[in-house]
Amino acid sequence: MKDVVIVGAGPAGCSAAKELAEEGFDVVLYEKRQEIGVPKRCGEGLPSAAMDDLGLDVPDNCKMQPIDGALVFAPNKNKVTIDSGGTVGWTLERKMFDKWMAGRAAKAGAKIRAKAEVIDLLPENKGVVVEVEGERKKVESRMVFGAGGVESPIVRKAGVKDSSELHVVDSGYQYEMVNLELKDEKKLELYLGNDLAPRGYVWVFPKGDNKANVGIGIAGDMDETAKYYLDKFIENNDRFSRASIVEVNSGMIPVGGFLDDMTAENFLALGDAAHQVNPIHGGGLREGIRAGKIASKVASRALQKGDTSKKELEVYNHMWWEERGEDLRRVEKLREVLEDLSNNDLNYLSEKLEGEDLLDFTGGSGLSKLGKLLLKRPGMMKSARKLL
Amino acid sequence: MTWKIQRKKCLRCGGCVGVCPVDALILTENGVVVDEEKCIDCGNCEKVCPVGAISVEGDDE
Repeated sequence: MKDVVIVGAGPAGCSAAKELAEEGFDVVLYEKRQEIGVPKRCGEGLPSAAMDDLGLDVPDNCKMQPIDGALVFAPNKNKVTIDSGGTVGWTLERKMFDKWMAGRAAKAGAKIRAKAEVIDLLPENKGVVVEVEGERKKVESRMVFGAGGVESPIVRKAGVKDSSELHVVDSGYQYEMVNLELKDEKKLELYLGNDLAPRGYVWVFPKGDNKANVGIGIAGDMDETAKYYLDKFIENNDRFSRASIVEVNSGMIPVGGFLDDMTAENFLALGDAAHQVNPIHGGGLREGIRAGKIASKVASRALQKGDTSKKELEVYNHMWWEERGEDLRRVEKLREVLEDLSNNDLNYLSEKLEGEDLLDFTGGSGLSKLGKLLLKRPGMMKSARKLL
Repeated sequence: MTWKIQRKKCLRCGGCVGVCPVDALILTENGVVVDEEKCIDCGNCEKVCPVGAISVEGDDE
């Protein structure tokens, strides 16, 4: 019998697997896709601070472009510049990064299998039914981690109450483009506007050598598709006319709806599968890897005690909410307020705010400054109060 | 209602599967399959699909 079966060999699953394997537990990861990290569903940005916090010594072959800031455009094209003066993050090659994460877990002793889809759970979540290249088998384990991304049915099958509410997901679509004229190869470009990307934004994340991820996230309950809005943005911008599309990506991005309870008997959920994503920018890499560390700490203790009951695993809820959930819920509130803003409000804010303010907001701090500014806007009293 | 999934448009990202409240959608190697028995016609999948690959049979598009 295995100690832990992890469903999904993305960054969250691999992060947890490495920690558990290092403590000597017998861990196996199943990845339903035939290649780990492919196709990506991600803009591929990761802040240097996240690499430091999470102890990720990311090798050079995963890092495509150093980033030193961002250009944020209001609907009227007014620009707010975030300039950090030095490298504060990287655009990654997820295809390489995810395999590197998997390699770390494997070196620590975890066993990984791609093209192995977990179809079902064994009774009491004590193992899984997995289909490896067409052949089904039962694998027994003391507990199971659900890290299979937003589309994974395993989390609900395990008994975790997950919302399927449309309003807390973004619909995402992206082209990787080459031969693209960039405004500044070291800066992320973000475009806001209700006509451009309702409730979301268009991003251009440079990947070096005039390459970039050009993508969009919009509210999940819009009438038009994410593709419609992104294509319109590209058509209306001359600088894309000479660029070519070398990859097409799509996916759903959780942007809130955090779960109070991410556990079940002998089971816990992490990563996108548990909505652990920053609701304002939709970044899930940092949150998923962090959650992998928290989850493995809790599981390690439970396994050592020989008690992986739901009651024992609920410590994970408390730890995650204390470390990440409270901050992310504040960011979710900000997202709720932003979706009430008109283009005029966004233009106004772009005049009043500095790049540093925007950075604070994405981390869930300094929100009272935004609240105070919104108090001055007609009809925004109620929204402003949410932030004060 | 009968749902139509256009395989040529579908990128197999599974976004629709994630928002199905009754797990009526299954992501297979050949694309997404709807279990009509389970489907409650909520339309979540149609709305969230980033490429507009899901529609009601008979609707133009």
